[in-house]
Formats: sequence, C-alpha cells, structure tokens
Amino acid sequence: MRYTAKKPAINPPSEQLRASIPGWGVDLDPSDRPSVPRERFDLGATGAHWNFPERQPEKWPRERSIEHEILTPVFGTAQPPRGLSGAIRKLAYARYSEARAAHWLLLVLADRVDAIEHHALSVFSLHPDNPITETGIKSEITANGIASRFGKGRTDVVHHPLDPLIVVGPWVVAGVLAFRGARALSRLRDRRSPA
Amino acid sequence: MRAMVYRGPYKIRVEDKDVPPIEHPNDAIVRVRLAAICGSDLHLYHGMMPDTRVGHTFGHEFIGEVVDVGSSVQNLQRGDRVMVPFNIFCGTCYFCARGLYANCHNVNPNATAVGGIYGYSHTTGGYDGGQAEFVRVPFADVGPSKIPEWMADDDAVLLTDACATGYFGAQLGDIKEGDVVAVFGAGPVGLFAAASSWLMGAGRVIVIDHIEDRLEKARTFAHAETYKFTEYDDIVVEMKRTTDGLGTDVAIDAVGAEADGNLLQHVTATKMKLQGGSPIALNWAIDSVRKGGTVSVVGAYGPIFSAVKFGDVMNKGLTIHSNQCPVKRQWPRLFEHVRNGYLKPSEIVTHRIPLEDIGEGYHMMSAKLDGMIKPLIVPDAA
Repeated sequence: MRYTAKKPAINPPSEQLRASIPGWGVDLDPSDRPSVPRERFDLGATGAHWNFPERQPEKWPRERSIEHEILTPVFGTAQPPRGLSGAIRKLAYARYSEARAAHWLLLVLADRVDAIEHHALSVFSLHPDNPITETGIKSEITANGIASRFGKGRTDVVHHPLDPLIVVGPWVVAGVLAFRGARALSRLRDRRSPA
Repeated sequence: MRAMVYRGPYKIRVEDKDVPPIEHPNDAIVRVRLAAICGSDLHLYHGMMPDTRVGHTFGHEFIGEVVDVGSSVQNLQRGDRVMVPFNIFCGTCYFCARGLYANCHNVNPNATAVGGIYGYSHTTGGYDGGQAEFVRVPFADVGPSKIPEWMADDDAVLLTDACATGYFGAQLGDIKEGDVVAVFGAGPVGLFAAASSWLMGAGRVIVIDHIEDRLEKARTFAHAETYKFTEYDDIVVEMKRTTDGLGTDVAIDAVGAEADGNLLQHVTATKMKLQGGSPIALNWAIDSVRKGGTVSVVGAYGPIFSAVKFGDVMNKGLTIHSNQCPVKRQWPRLFEHVRNGYLKPSEIVTHRIPLEDIGEGYHMMSAKLDGMIKPLIVPDAA
C-alpha cells in the first residue's frame, strides 16, 4: 500500500512496450491526437460550402424541442407522429423542455402506446406481428443459447428470464383486460335483458 | 427496398419500405453494402431510448455506394464507394466550426443535448438508419468520405463508429506515458479503446468484463491484462490492489447504459426504464481511478437521470471527459494507424448476418450468444 510520494513501479518500461506492441507511443505527443485540443476552430475543414445551410421543406408541422428557436435546417422525416402516441409526443415536445423529466417520461409512455397501437393494428393487416420471428428466438437453438450462457460465469444470466416477461407481459395484461371487459359487458347486457 | 424495422421492445422485423428520396439539395442516397449492429443499438432494441418509434430503421454504422445526389452536392458522385460517419452534421454551426461534429446544432430538431445520428430514434433527429438496402445521407459534402482504394470494407465499416469511438475514448483519457488505464467493457468500443491506449503511451492497459470470449479478445487483440469481475468479490478493491493502493490513472467507461454487475441497477435501468442507463461501469470507473485521475465516458446513456456516484467525483477531484465521437475528425490519423497495422478493426468481427436474418442477429447480440462481439449485416446476401 503506497503512502509516499514516489509513483509505484508497477509497469513494464516504455522501451519494452515499444518493442513488443505495434505502434506503442505513436500518439504519445498530444499534438498527434486528432481531438486534442477538444475545440479547434477550423471552418475550412468540413467541406461545407455555406454559411447557413439551405432549409429542408417542412411537409408537416415537425415536432421540435422548445429549446430550439427554429426548426433546424435539416431534419429526419421518418415516422411522423400519428394516433394517441403521436398526440403524447407532440405534447411532450410542445410543453416540456429537455430539462424536465416529464418530457422524457411522456416520450417513453408514447413509445409503449405506439407499440400497442401497431400490434393491435397489425392483427387486422396482411402482415400481423409474429413474436416468434420478431424476437429472433430461433437463435437460441441455432446459436447455442444454453452453451453460451451456462458454466461461463456470466452475471447477466440472472436477469435473462425477465426478457420474455417484458415481451409477453403486455399481451397477457391486454388479454386479461379484454376478457374482463367483455365479461363485464356481457353481465351488463344480461342484467338489462328482461327475464 | 428491404429494411429492418422496430416493432416494440425486443421485436424487429424486415419489411418493404420506400427507397428514401432526396429531401435537401445536399442529400445523397447510398445503397448500403455493409452495415453493423452496435452495442448501443441494443438501447433502442430494448426500448430504453425515448422516442423510438415503431417503424424506425436502426443502423448508424454502414458503408455503401452513392446512387443519387442532390443538386448542391459537389464532392460526391454516383458510383462513389463511401464510408459514412454515424454523426449527421452541417459543418458550419457554432459547434461544427470548432470540431464538435457530434454536437451539431443544425440537424436535430428533437433535442439540443445531442446532435444527429442515423437510425437512433427521434431523440437524435428522426433519421432512418443503414440496416437497410438504401439510406438517406444528409450533408453529403460534409459527412461521408470516399473509401481509400487500399482499405477493406470490413475495416471501413468499423471506422464509422466503433473503432473511431474507442480511439476517441482513449484520447478523452488524456493518457500520459506510463499511465495505468482501466477499460470497463470488452465490447468493440472497449477493445479499440484498449488498443488505442497503447498508441498514446500507456504503461498498463487493464480490461474488465464478465464475458470470457470478450476478455480473450482483449488479451489477443488489445494486448491487455484482463479481469473477469465475477471472479472477484469487489472489482474496485482489486483495481486498487493491482495499482499499489492508488487506483488507475485513467478509467474508460466503454459500457454505458446496459452495464451488468449490480442486479438492482441493471433491472431498474434496462428492464423497468427508471434510469437513463445502468451506471455500474461508470461508478466502478469513478471508484477505481486514482484521486486526481481522469474518467473517460464513451459508453452511451439515455437522457433520463441515472444514479451516478457524483459525490466521489467531487471528493476525489476527478476530471470527467465525455462526448459522442466526432468520427470524421479521427479519420485521417486513424487511416494511418490502420494502414500501418497498428489498429486492425476487422479482427473483432465475429459474425456476418444477412439482412433478412437480422432479428436473430439482434437477439444474439442482446443475449451475447455464440461468442458474438461484432456482427456485420449484409443487405444483398440473398
């Protein structure tokens, strides 16, 4: 245990490392490191030939962080917000800054609603969700699922059983709720029907 | 075109989608020749990254061939073989002008805290990614580079993120000659960070993980000492023991949001989504580094709060450096290192997976099956 000023001699000498490891020390001088200094003003380095980029057409009211004063000149157009999940996302962007937990938690909620919306709609499509193929579970057989996990001292094996619950759990909850709802409606109808 | 699409946590499939159009005069459309699954793609796959929408195509590591260009593109033409950095950046905003390409202010309307990234949710701008046959590449005169004739495709695709990020992570450690560097995580970024630490003059490089295949790769590929943390009662104490009680000079978190090693942290973050990430590796880095040392963070975390031991950061007088890697800034020097044989990116590739089988690829990556370290995705394998 070191309680004196001298640095402990716990490393091989540099000469030995230079001889044994290809390229040892070639970036020893910080000036050879491309991100040193961290900030280096050089507008000519990027290949850009504009001061401010031409603006991409906005084809629908693009949601944006309220911390941006304007819509950025370029943006992604994948998956515009739709349905209830879209409404939640628009609220998260319109109401809360990135500093607020509500902003992110609403977006996470919207993600879950989005998945439920699409799973439900897929049932009525020509391409319904298939939890077998979409989870890639076949690789448990083709890629040595058991041998890869056990007897290897892996700590993550403990929580792997939670993964199927995360995938199947919402379907089970939705099924139970649907069953209870249908049963409640049926009872209500029976009560209103004349004996 | 065929493209991977997200269907909800732990579920993806391959669908027909429209080929992306030119949407801005400086766009290019690239036919993907080779893509990769990154460990950080698992944060999306597991539903941890806010605003990951059903239908989104992941993939921020890809190379390909230019098939169309917008009217203002000057530096590329159809047929060019290009590598595309994972960052989308304009080249002229306040941040790009200073070399912070990962922090561009002009490409991500959804957040100011992060720049634009291909296929990485709407939190990074809402751009579909490269695990598809075609991809839209904004700012074609700024981001992509033509792949040098001498460079192999497998090397080029790894330079678009994993290799560049690992190299950048070592730079963030501010390594001096003879420093002891601990790298937490023996995934692709950790392996490259370890190998790069030697280039910067490290005296010892220690890699910590719990997956034996990866630790073996750390020994053979990165010439590192390895510690399997499950074999020790307390890996932090072990780091102190091996450094004569001081702690390491530099610690690099190359794990990020899905770290294992503490069940409560892992489950609350990755399964219950109550944290932006499981900060186990980061906390170990903070506790393992010596007082006055430097912690480099290149593992990715989500934007929600995480239970980080910040009191120890302050009390130990640590310097924390972090960022998404500005990839293109690394390339000229990295090209030299690859050409000289100092870094050999393709040596960490363990699997090649046809795009049509990408669902299984994601499950294998998530569950770490079959010794998977780095899978490449081949769109036209059929």
